[in-house]
Amino acid sequence: MERKKLTSNTKLILTIGFVILLGLGLFTVQGNCNSYIVRIISLIGIFGIMAVSLNLINGITGIFSLGHAGFMAIGAYVSSLMTMSVAQKDTTFILEKVSFPFNVEIFSSSPFLVATLVGGLVAAFFAFLIGWPTLRLAGDYLAITTLGFSEIIRIFAVNATSVTNGAMGLKGIPSYTNVWWSWGWLLVTVMVIGSLLKSSYGRALKAIREDKIAAESMGINVFKHQLSSFVVGGFFAGIAGSLYAHWLTTIDPKPTTLGIMLTFNALIMIVLGGLGSISGSIIGAGLFAFFSEWLRFVESDMNLFGFHIEGISGMRMLVFSALFIVVMIFWPKGIMGRREITWDGMYGLINRFKSGKVSDEIKRELVESEGSEEA
Amino acid sequence: MNSSLLELDNITMKFGGLSAVKDFSINVNDNEILGLIGPNGAGKTTVFNVITGVYIPTEGRLDFDGIDITQFKPHLITHLGISRTFQNIRLFQDMTVLENVMVAMHHELFETGGDRILQKNGKDTYGSSGIWFWKSLFKFGYSKKEKEMEQKSKEILEKLGLKKFMNDKASSLPYGEQRKLEIARALATNPKLLLLDEPAAGMNPSESTSLMDLIRKIKEDFHVSVFIIEHDMKVVMGVCERIVVMDYGQVIAHGTPQEIQNNPKVIEAYLGEEWEDGQG
Amino acid sequence: MSLGSLYALIAVGYTMVYGILRLINFAHGDVFMMGVYFAFYFATLAHMPWWMAFVMAVLGAALLGFLIDRIAYKPLRKAPRISALITAIGMSFFLENLAIVLFSGVPKSFRSVYPNFFNQMIILGGHTEIKRGREVIVDALRIPNVSVITLLVTAAALFLLWLVLYKTRVGMAMRAIAMDIPAVALMGININMIIGVTFAIGSALAAVGGIFWAMRYPQIWPYMGFMPGLKAFVAAVIGGIGSVHGAVMGGLLLGILEVMLVGFFPLTAGYRDAFAFLILIVLLMFKPSGMFGKAEIVKV
Repeated sequence: MERKKLTSNTKLILTIGFVILLGLGLFTVQGNCNSYIVRIISLIGIFGIMAVSLNLINGITGIFSLGHAGFMAIGAYVSSLMTMSVAQKDTTFILEKVSFPFNVEIFSSSPFLVATLVGGLVAAFFAFLIGWPTLRLAGDYLAITTLGFSEIIRIFAVNATSVTNGAMGLKGIPSYTNVWWSWGWLLVTVMVIGSLLKSSYGRALKAIREDKIAAESMGINVFKHQLSSFVVGGFFAGIAGSLYAHWLTTIDPKPTTLGIMLTFNALIMIVLGGLGSISGSIIGAGLFAFFSEWLRFVESDMNLFGFHIEGISGMRMLVFSALFIVVMIFWPKGIMGRREITWDGMYGLINRFKSGKVSDEIKRELVESEGSEEA
Repeated sequence: MNSSLLELDNITMKFGGLSAVKDFSINVNDNEILGLIGPNGAGKTTVFNVITGVYIPTEGRLDFDGIDITQFKPHLITHLGISRTFQNIRLFQDMTVLENVMVAMHHELFETGGDRILQKNGKDTYGSSGIWFWKSLFKFGYSKKEKEMEQKSKEILEKLGLKKFMNDKASSLPYGEQRKLEIARALATNPKLLLLDEPAAGMNPSESTSLMDLIRKIKEDFHVSVFIIEHDMKVVMGVCERIVVMDYGQVIAHGTPQEIQNNPKVIEAYLGEEWEDGQG
Repeated sequence: MSLGSLYALIAVGYTMVYGILRLINFAHGDVFMMGVYFAFYFATLAHMPWWMAFVMAVLGAALLGFLIDRIAYKPLRKAPRISALITAIGMSFFLENLAIVLFSGVPKSFRSVYPNFFNQMIILGGHTEIKRGREVIVDALRIPNVSVITLLVTAAALFLLWLVLYKTRVGMAMRAIAMDIPAVALMGININMIIGVTFAIGSALAAVGGIFWAMRYPQIWPYMGFMPGLKAFVAAVIGGIGSVHGAVMGGLLLGILEVMLVGFFPLTAGYRDAFAFLILIVLLMFKPSGMFGKAEIVKV
């Protein structure tokens, strides 16, 4: 049964139109909203890159990786050490002087684009090194090993004072990230990874996720494909890390900021949005950013029924994690499941809406999803 | 006289102390349909797994089209021309019927290691290369090669009567159609030898008759040799040109269907009641 | 070695849950932490004698473990593995943040909870010298009492566990579930109850480990469970996940190696946490199922 589809030219025009609209939207935001909201919008862009790159590895290829934070850390450190000026580094590195090559002028005060790219490439390189031995392991062992590597990277950052300034982290990183950089890179990420997915390569990755043995028997070199997926994901994680460091202007290698917490945040985003769906990951990223800010109110003093309740710090994360558990129990597939928002999909939706079929479909889907959970 | 396509030379497959397959030697020839029968647990699927590289044999040699494939991994072996279906259906359930078939052509683009082996042995290569990976990152639609893949896949689906299910999820197909899809997928890898593991399982008599026609048609249209594991004797005797009989991991007889039916060892070990059932 | 036995106690809990559910219970390390806080508050707020506080804390932790499974993991029994895992991580953060809210993030001292006896040392060998006008014992081997007691308690706890697993019907059910859930269900055994009991036992062991940990490192704070939990999990994997004696061996081995590393190369002290992961990675390269684990044979 062939569904009605749009021609590829129509789709191209729609896509270009969308990008232009996005640009206009960002322009408006930057000009008119207060700086707090602008910063949050930038952050959503960064989260989006984080989520999409993790989804490529975990959701689409089915590799159970918990090491994303490690790649982000690498991207963050490398790019920051490149963009900071020699003078800034001298003031920050008070325990030990920063070592070669970062104490040299060539590797300092670099343009943001270059530094970010280098950060991504170094992260990709480490993804290659780590993936090579690790991807041979089975599911859960893989998870723990990637987590282990991520921790090793963080512990290295805490201890190698001449390279990373140890536990003190980096301060005074130039604040380069703005809505244009973060959403620009997000666009690149989505285009590249989306393009990868629509190609035969993407089909192969999905096949690996569905059934590794069958995929291998159909001629797919599972290991090589997993490794490349891992490296691409690692690359964009590094990019996200660099953008994040230049948004925060500091890097603090504590386990709660740069360790598993960060990976976990990314996991929340992709599970919320739907494992295996790029558009889902972006939605998840947005929701995550929104909720973590919105929930700040539970930490402030409140007047409830005339009683003055003092704000408790940490309440926000508590409510957040509780909400998260609730969501996981009732909607384990996430918002989009594995589907994407596509032009064809929307066109089809509009058509079916016009002929009144949408409510039937929604009803059918609700019934189906209940049935499939019992299967 | 057909030339030999696949040679199993004294293959032994041990798991721990247990030999699932012992001193197993057979040939599969060009352009033939060969059957493999035997009681449950005789080691038939293990033989398939060894041939396709899922298991590396403990001892012995595997030779395919002049190339020693004993140590090769499954994806290489598929690229070189052997493909299979599974006893328990292993389709890519969440992907569409069309996607399932298209995936099987992926190796043509990407299996550079396999191509090198083909080249070394003086055979035609697929022209795969690493460039495709980089190209995949930066294009925004189908390339010409991928459009070809889609076209060829549709043709295969048409030949097997599955084209109408093209855009449906593999999991939504009825059982018999799923089995056919597995065959379509295996054919899409462009094999010289097709291994079918119990293709008639769970089929009623009319379905198994159409399966027999399908297998013959596949041999003709796709120019492949077919190696079948099957319990349904009607199918085996009706479609196979030669049969190998296994028990306890070893060959106990081989020959034409006539010879096998009359072989006392076979009758004793296995055919017994089964043959009478199938005969009717 | 006492460090190793602590890891062993926690590791056993992980491995038991994994053996049955194939779930890495990230919240396990935080149950460890909660057990310690329970002990702390039972002793200080409720003014219980220390031994009673400890026992109550262990029971409390067992109950907590049981509840966690009931509330968060049971509904996800049929969901994809990654969902259950993420929920476990979520539960872990939930517990940590709960602790921050309830007990404040400021570290407290566990010293006040237990008698000084634990801190006193057994002194072996050595001789007395006069230094600065006082008699002092030098060149002696000093072992804190608590270390010895830890070893004894651990051995006792593991013995009890062995008794339960191999000599009781509940234990047999637990071992059976680790092998084949549908078959066990068909035998009329209440799976969910057994799973709950498994969690309870594992959590109780973790709490015991926690209390002794806190006696050794008296600073307690809400994130204290994170690293030990992770390392205990590494220990469980090293020993072969799913295997109880593997977990014990893994825990002991890890503890010994870690102490040896810092002893011989004091400069690497900061890296001692990374060391656990390094061992894990190296081991998995050569023996992907851990020391005593069973390799999963996939039917094709």
